[in-house]
Amino acid sequence: MYEPQNTLQGPSLYQPYPARIIRTLPQIPDHQLFQVRFEQEDMVKSFTYRPGQFLMLSVLGTGEAPFSISSSPTRPGVIELCVRQIGRVTKALFNLPPNALVGIRGPYGNGFPLEQLRGNNLLLVAGGLGMAPLRSLLWYALDNRAKFKDVILMYGGRNPDEMLFKYELLNLIDRADVKCLLTVDNDPEGIWKARIGVVTKLFDHVEIDPENTFAAVCGPSVMFKFVLEKLLQRNFSKDRILMSLERNMQCGVGKCGHCMIGYKYTCLDGPIFTYWDAINLPEMI
Amino acid sequence: MKIVKLPKEKLAEFLSCLRAFGEIHAPTKRGEKSHVFAPLKEPAGIELDYTRTILPLKKYFLPPMETMFNFQAEKGYETPAEESDKKYIIFGVHPCDIHSLKILDLVFGGKYVDGHYFSRRSKAAIIGLDCIPDEFCFCRSTGTDFVDDGFDLFLSDIEDSYLVRVGTSLGDDMVKAADTLFQEVTVQDREKYKKKSIQRGQSFQSEIQLQDLPEIMDLEYESQIWQELGEECLGCGTCSMVCPTCYCYAVFDELNLDAASGQRIRRWDSCLFKDYALVAGGHNFRAQRSSRVKNRYFHKQRGFVSQYGRPSCVGCGRCKEYCPAGVDIIEVVNKLRSETRV
Repeated sequence: MYEPQNTLQGPSLYQPYPARIIRTLPQIPDHQLFQVRFEQEDMVKSFTYRPGQFLMLSVLGTGEAPFSISSSPTRPGVIELCVRQIGRVTKALFNLPPNALVGIRGPYGNGFPLEQLRGNNLLLVAGGLGMAPLRSLLWYALDNRAKFKDVILMYGGRNPDEMLFKYELLNLIDRADVKCLLTVDNDPEGIWKARIGVVTKLFDHVEIDPENTFAAVCGPSVMFKFVLEKLLQRNFSKDRILMSLERNMQCGVGKCGHCMIGYKYTCLDGPIFTYWDAINLPEMI
Repeated sequence: MKIVKLPKEKLAEFLSCLRAFGEIHAPTKRGEKSHVFAPLKEPAGIELDYTRTILPLKKYFLPPMETMFNFQAEKGYETPAEESDKKYIIFGVHPCDIHSLKILDLVFGGKYVDGHYFSRRSKAAIIGLDCIPDEFCFCRSTGTDFVDDGFDLFLSDIEDSYLVRVGTSLGDDMVKAADTLFQEVTVQDREKYKKKSIQRGQSFQSEIQLQDLPEIMDLEYESQIWQELGEECLGCGTCSMVCPTCYCYAVFDELNLDAASGQRIRRWDSCLFKDYALVAGGHNFRAQRSSRVKNRYFHKQRGFVSQYGRPSCVGCGRCKEYCPAGVDIIEVVNKLRSETRV
């Protein structure tokens, strides 16, 4: 199995490495997929990461923010970040000219526990922008298909125009080695060929063996609450439910303090936590 | 450990000898009652009778504001020219403050080593000094009233002299450079030291019981105490600034007038500030002041224990002395405890 781990450390731990935005792919309103490539050729080849990890991206003159990585380490060379235009740094990022210079450092955080996931079924449940970190795990699993049993993706959006990676995921529906269930809450224009309804309804369409499955859940907190109920009803162990958390992060390496939740640093101990961790951390959800 | 004796009348001379090892910073008076660590110009300006300085030693290693690196359009990020190799000697550091440095070493070390912090740390020698606690000190409760290491030299006051513990090779060099000033420790000196030690132990006026506090805090997570504290607290962040183990910082980019270059800067931050846990999009994970106060206490007394096996509080009493709202950590802990007993 792919075993990454070599976090970049420059002259300053905090100094980003130069990289360029080589392509931007509009996704849905206010969301773009940024393809980023290091300037230094050796780093293009050596940079690797674990699905679920994040990196710190700097826009010169504006600042730095954490982003989860949407690409898979099985497809090296270009790093993909699915970004919503929502804060100071992301707004500046959306306004950059083609081939703009940015700074990158990382990868940081624990990422998904790949050793534990190996040999199990994977159930990925995403809502909205929650697809961004889960896409990394999805392609990692599909590119290492023999290492996992069944791979199931459940992804829900509000309407067809708000589905991230829409065509890429629609293409998975006919694939035999993955069960891809896509749903939208509403389809006002009647153009949606997949399912309609909230993401939890997708549980009616699958048989899951909770003893041999890990669930990775990422999405808005409302969705999380209902998905959690479903998983617990299906007798999932709290250790087998994984989630990715968001916090204010200004260093990424457990120093600046901002991402502290109770007793843990989201940047060092997370951003992937089990549901059991979540119950034991105040303020977590 | 090697222990020698320095008669007090030789102190000025010793300080002169020390200048060969670096710029001396020592407690000096600021205003009527306050003290600060500042460069020592004249040996006479030293105030070894102080209890605590307003700002702790972290200002030397994690400055209130510092440039981490520069950036320039189309060139990217560049490390600024190496800071000078100037050496420092910080003289007269109390045990609690030495412990606080050991705690900061844990935070800035580990898997990711903060070079900014450690390059400054390696340029500063620490000369410790014992002290008599005042009404704010509770270092005995936090186990930080004595130090075994973390200093180059450590001076203990025995009336007319100092017993000097030599903690490092550099400390030994300092003693050797002023060889004629030092004397051997006599039986009487040892007796004086022990007498002083008992006297010091009896001077503590404040206690705080920290054993099993993490469990109590878990039990009292929803306590009304946090609400009340949130109403008392002004959210000014003074406690964080004066705390020797508060290390949180904020990062921002500062643009030069050419609008094409600038600096990335870090600056002391406080978890009590309203925007501390704010994320893009406007969600604030700790919008209530009560939740921010609670978080501060939890991190110091509960979270740090889980992470590093000890609370990060060293009992220096600064937060209590300087809080404009009179929030008293001892009172808070006692309230948590008594509520549990009811």
